[in-house]
Amino acid sequence: MFVYTALKDFIIFVPLRKNSSYLIFKLTMNILVCISKVPDTTSKIAFTDNNTKFDTTNVQFIVNPSDEWYALVRALEIKESLGSGNVTIITVGPAEDDAIIRKALAIGADEAVRINANPHDSYFVAAQIAEYAKNKNFDLILTGKETIDYNNAEVGGMIAELMGWEYITPANKLDINGRIARVESEVGGETRVLECEMPLVISAAKGMADQRIPNMRGIMAARTKPIHVIEPAPVNAQVAITRFELPPAKAGVKLIDPENMDELVRLLHDEAKVI
Amino acid sequence: MSVLVFVEASNGKIKKVGFEGVVYGKLAGGSVSAVVCGEADAAEVASLGEYGASHVLHVKKNYDTGALVDVMAAAADKTGASLIVFPFDNTGKAIAPRLSARLKAGLVSGALGIPSIDGAFKVKKNVFSGKAIAEVEIKTDKKIVAFSPNSVGLQKSGGTATVEEFSPAVKESKIKLIETKKLEGEVPLPEAELVVSAGRGLKGPENWGMIEELARVIGAATACSRPVADAHWRPHHEHVGQTGVAIRPNLYIAIGISGAIQHLAGVNQSKVIVVVNNDPEAPFFKAADYGVVGDAFQVVPRMIESFKKFKASQH
Ligand SMILES: Cc1cc2nc3c(=O)[nH]c(=O)nc-3n(C[C@H](O)[C@H](O)[C@H](O)COP(=O)(O)OP(=O)(O)OC[C@H]3O[C@@H](n4cnc5c(N)ncnc54)[C@H](O)[C@@H]3O)c2cc1C
Ligand SMILES: Nc1ncnc2c1ncn2[C@@H]1O[C@H](COP(=O)(O)O)[C@@H](O)[C@H]1O
Repeated sequence: MFVYTALKDFIIFVPLRKNSSYLIFKLTMNILVCISKVPDTTSKIAFTDNNTKFDTTNVQFIVNPSDEWYALVRALEIKESLGSGNVTIITVGPAEDDAIIRKALAIGADEAVRINANPHDSYFVAAQIAEYAKNKNFDLILTGKETIDYNNAEVGGMIAELMGWEYITPANKLDINGRIARVESEVGGETRVLECEMPLVISAAKGMADQRIPNMRGIMAARTKPIHVIEPAPVNAQVAITRFELPPAKAGVKLIDPENMDELVRLLHDEAKVI
Repeated sequence: MSVLVFVEASNGKIKKVGFEGVVYGKLAGGSVSAVVCGEADAAEVASLGEYGASHVLHVKKNYDTGALVDVMAAAADKTGASLIVFPFDNTGKAIAPRLSARLKAGLVSGALGIPSIDGAFKVKKNVFSGKAIAEVEIKTDKKIVAFSPNSVGLQKSGGTATVEEFSPAVKESKIKLIETKKLEGEVPLPEAELVVSAGRGLKGPENWGMIEELARVIGAATACSRPVADAHWRPHHEHVGQTGVAIRPNLYIAIGISGAIQHLAGVNQSKVIVVVNNDPEAPFFKAADYGVVGDAFQVVPRMIESFKKFKASQH
């Protein structure tokens, strides 16, 4: 005997055996996508205050590419393929971040949460996100692989630990099948195909989706989508940047006659000592 | 200071970054315990002593990264380590942040050198995709550092290590490995010491034969620029740069790549960069050590011949 009921959020009851409990498939997904504000990839990197602060003069800020192109777009694709669900974006940052939040809403996220605090360190950020996410019934939390400013690759793993969930990084492909997330992860010359029952935290990397350019309708819709502003939980940062410096400049290029590749090989062997 | 180092092994061998981690721990001024995770020959394990480990805990079971968090937490407890060292590779990225959150131990990822420990514990790391360096202070009692591969040289200090088997209780993982697809015969890009990379200047995927041959002759991995991967001329995993893989090989040969800032962000930490481009104004030349202004279709075949001659002369 097969019982089927479609409720508001598409719940199907499938009896396992006679008289046994029911397996419940939730055919809708609640996805939380963590987005971070970073300087545009072409920004000039300079510092002020005795090299202790990043100089934001003339710097354009964008959504961190792997959060936007890979995590957010794949979350939207999953929601679209199921025909129902909710994609919430969350960022830990000050009010200025609303500009990049609107961009992510224009791409298609349903709603946004901003934890109103400077992102002091990865642990602070992860703790705020975990605090918000607990008891909210998210099926998936997606982060980007790493941010292009501080290149930490830390926040996703910390959220997983604080939630007590499994964690997969990097995820180059993600498919959902019932309650199972199927991930392809490229590590050290091989691709691992992994499966895990949700919920879990996944950090998104290249290959997972393609960039989406927001259209006019999305941009208009984003204006009225809610941004919930939440005050931070008290958490102590564990690390702090004390100083910045620029890397030593290159000596300058040595040009080699295109007819004489023996010379290049000689230099790579005798001078650069790399072959 | 008691230092604990995570060392990954597979198929009997310890990864190069595993030895680097032990050297890192030793240079940081610690008495080093190494946790070797995975199958490793006894001689390999014992050789960690020569690089500075005095004590080795060998975990012979093959665990996934979730279980390895449990292993490292148990090892930290057993050894009373105040500094825990990981490589900043994909395995380290999966474990170190979780361990950091669990032990409330501050983490610095992508460290470039050993910490300075006068009063405060500070370590330098890469930021802005290699365009700057930040000095970061860890304020917690227990500390974790994930170092950039290739940032400490391998040097032997010539000691011996006591080895014991270690099998702490771990939680069962919910993640199932369904299959592993090997990229047959290729050198994995993130670990490659030599990389040959090409861009849109090659005009089409049919022209990659000479790039692959050059890579084969010198034993390099192949890479490409983003538009090349986007156009499916080459597989996604070859895409290097800010939004692809960041690499730091000893030698990066860039052919027909303009050197856009987003591309440079992923490769500018290579020790030596060679650029081949027919446009003398290509921005890549500013970041190069050696430059060849010329047509790739003529230069690359000559380069292959010269490398072949060199290789033959080495035997
Ligand atoms: C947010 C963002 C992130 C990005 N991330 C990345 C990234 O991670 N990686 C990346 O690579 N790009 C990235 N890009 C794209 C980047 O800006 C460049 O567009 C891209 O790197 C250019 O690729 P290319 O050098 O192969 O092509 P082109 O810029 O078209 O350059 C081709 C080069 O080949 C030369 N050439 C032509 N014919 C020949 C010949 N016969 N012989 C020799 N040389 C020849 C030309 O002179 C030219 O310099 C990103 C862009 C953005 C906006
Ligand atoms: N301030 C932030 N707010 C929300 N998410 C963040 C923030 N910082 C980082 N993240 C997420 O964590 C990922 C990894 O960041 P990081 O550990 O800083 O390299 C990013 O790609 C984002 O998805």
